[in-house]
Amino acid sequence: MTPTWSRFNIASIVLGFAFLYLPIVLLVVFSFNESKLVTVWGGFSTKWYVSLFHNQGLMDATWVTARVAVISATVATVLGTLAALTLTRYTRFKGRMLFSGMVFAPLVMPEVITGLSLLLLFVAIGLDRGFLTVTLAHITLTMCFVAVVVQSRLITLDRSLEEAAMDLGAPPVKTFFQITLPVIMPAIVSGWMLAFTLSLDDLVIASFTSGPGATTLPMKIYSQVRLGVTPEINAACTILIAVVAVGVIIASLANKRREAQRQRDEQTAQRG
Amino acid sequence: MKSLGSIRRDFAPWNDPNAKPYIQFDKATKKFGDFTAVNNLSLTIFEREFFALLGASGCGKSTLLRMLAGFEEPTAGRILLDGQDLRGIPPYRRPVNMMFQSYALFPHMTVENNIAFGLKQDGMPKPEIAARVGEMLKLVKLEQFAKRKPHQLSGGQRQRVALARSVAKRPKVLLLDEPLGALDKKLREETQFELMDLQQSLGLTFVVVTHDQEEAMTMADRIAIIDKGEVMQVATPAEVYEAPGSRFVAGFVGNVNMFEGKIAHGEAGAASIDAGNGITIRTENAGDAATGATVAFAIRPEKIKISSTRPAGAVNAIEGEVYDIAYLGDMTVYHVRLDDGHVVRASTMNAARITEDPLSWNDRAWVSFRPDAGVVLTR
Repeated sequence: MTPTWSRFNIASIVLGFAFLYLPIVLLVVFSFNESKLVTVWGGFSTKWYVSLFHNQGLMDATWVTARVAVISATVATVLGTLAALTLTRYTRFKGRMLFSGMVFAPLVMPEVITGLSLLLLFVAIGLDRGFLTVTLAHITLTMCFVAVVVQSRLITLDRSLEEAAMDLGAPPVKTFFQITLPVIMPAIVSGWMLAFTLSLDDLVIASFTSGPGATTLPMKIYSQVRLGVTPEINAACTILIAVVAVGVIIASLANKRREAQRQRDEQTAQRG
Repeated sequence: MKSLGSIRRDFAPWNDPNAKPYIQFDKATKKFGDFTAVNNLSLTIFEREFFALLGASGCGKSTLLRMLAGFEEPTAGRILLDGQDLRGIPPYRRPVNMMFQSYALFPHMTVENNIAFGLKQDGMPKPEIAARVGEMLKLVKLEQFAKRKPHQLSGGQRQRVALARSVAKRPKVLLLDEPLGALDKKLREETQFELMDLQQSLGLTFVVVTHDQEEAMTMADRIAIIDKGEVMQVATPAEVYEAPGSRFVAGFVGNVNMFEGKIAHGEAGAASIDAGNGITIRTENAGDAATGATVAFAIRPEKIKISSTRPAGAVNAIEGEVYDIAYLGDMTVYHVRLDDGHVVRASTMNAARITEDPLSWNDRAWVSFRPDAGVVLTR
């Protein structure tokens, strides 16, 4: 049966997509604007992209952001995975509910509060705000997301895999590194990517916890916009969108290929 | 020779008072919180025996297996293997391997790496590992699948990989948790015989957990019937079927007709049982049941003859009406409602293709059986 496209259907789709994507399309289009005025079209040009790479402030901020994101995502992944393991494995210790609630509370905690409390803590212990404090703050923010992703995988993990390994003579530590870790690795990688993305686009917590010399890209963009939007910022945002879009497309293509491979394998298996 | 013995005629260590027990559950108890999974259970298994733990799900049979493997420690009592107390020995140091119900194949490893995993843990030299893996693959006929990953195999192939992996280390005892549960009926029957051959050729002790009585009957030398964490009976398949020790065992294994009644007159094993409503059953298998004792008379459907007239000279014959017939191909099962309302199940082998004047629904019919066809149960 072919679906019939009523005018109402078409109108709702157009409106819906316009609502979602018009601002982004405008931003991308005006990044190629010749004119310095953001809202007046002055012909096609890529000069803002060139000047972007000569803008030392923006480039520095990008470098800071990348380092913060990689380090905080990595540390958060280790901590989050450990938390997830504890929460799924040791289900009978006292205060488990409290512990699990406390691990996941930052998921719903308003960022302003997380940021402010971290700021107060850093001031209280006399830690100078800068690269280290932003990274620590981002670890706090992203760890619980990793824990959620890894925990959901661990819950569906067949415990008999680990029992089989031990039964065959592997002590617990060896079992963890040779069986558990490889099997849950895809979840750990997605947890890392989620943490990386969260750190990359965080503005609120970074504003609270960063100091001079550790301005992240979102902070830089935000502060420049307050002085007036330049097409340069449009260009920077367009590149960010492109990076994210490419990442998403690659991930979904890889997923699709894996799925197709799995189906082929299963058919092979059926045939014997 | 009349016998209810084992099929392997020369193998019956359980009848030998000097035979050394290999696996011993000695008053083992396992509690999970308030729930008692295994209750003060004692059981002896001999070397090279194919032993089945049979019971409904939740009866504690898997817990027994997991205690042998070392995944659970008994709350009380001991488990001995070859004379050694297993308490405190972790699973990775026990000379016991297990085949899991879910197979538990390592999804990120190829078939050969799965099989080699246990050997690598022992630090076996590489050439020896390769040789052993090759041997195992040949044993389960999966040579051409060595490089495949588990998800590239069919259910039956996965089952064989799991089997090869669990016997690769030549364990003293192989534990099998519902080994054939995930296979379809036809494959299951084939695999039963393969498992028996394997056990014979490797000379291992097998302990299998199953809820499928047919599976246990086919494969095992002896069966332990477990209910609510306790052993109901341990016996050969033929004994369990033909000489059940209690009403529970008789009802659990196979189909059975039960008549509750009182021993009216008994001597030297023979007795007549008053089953009420004018039904009197004569049996030669009353054992030592005393006159006046309340007993159950149990008789298997295939030992009951059904006919349209009273067979001449029959000791036990009761009249009724056919109210259900199930034609199964190899045999036909009749449900006969006796005049007192009691329903009896009788099955007849269809040895001939064509039956002269067959019984039909609502026909009057006689069920008859020989005095040695049933058993008297006091428990």
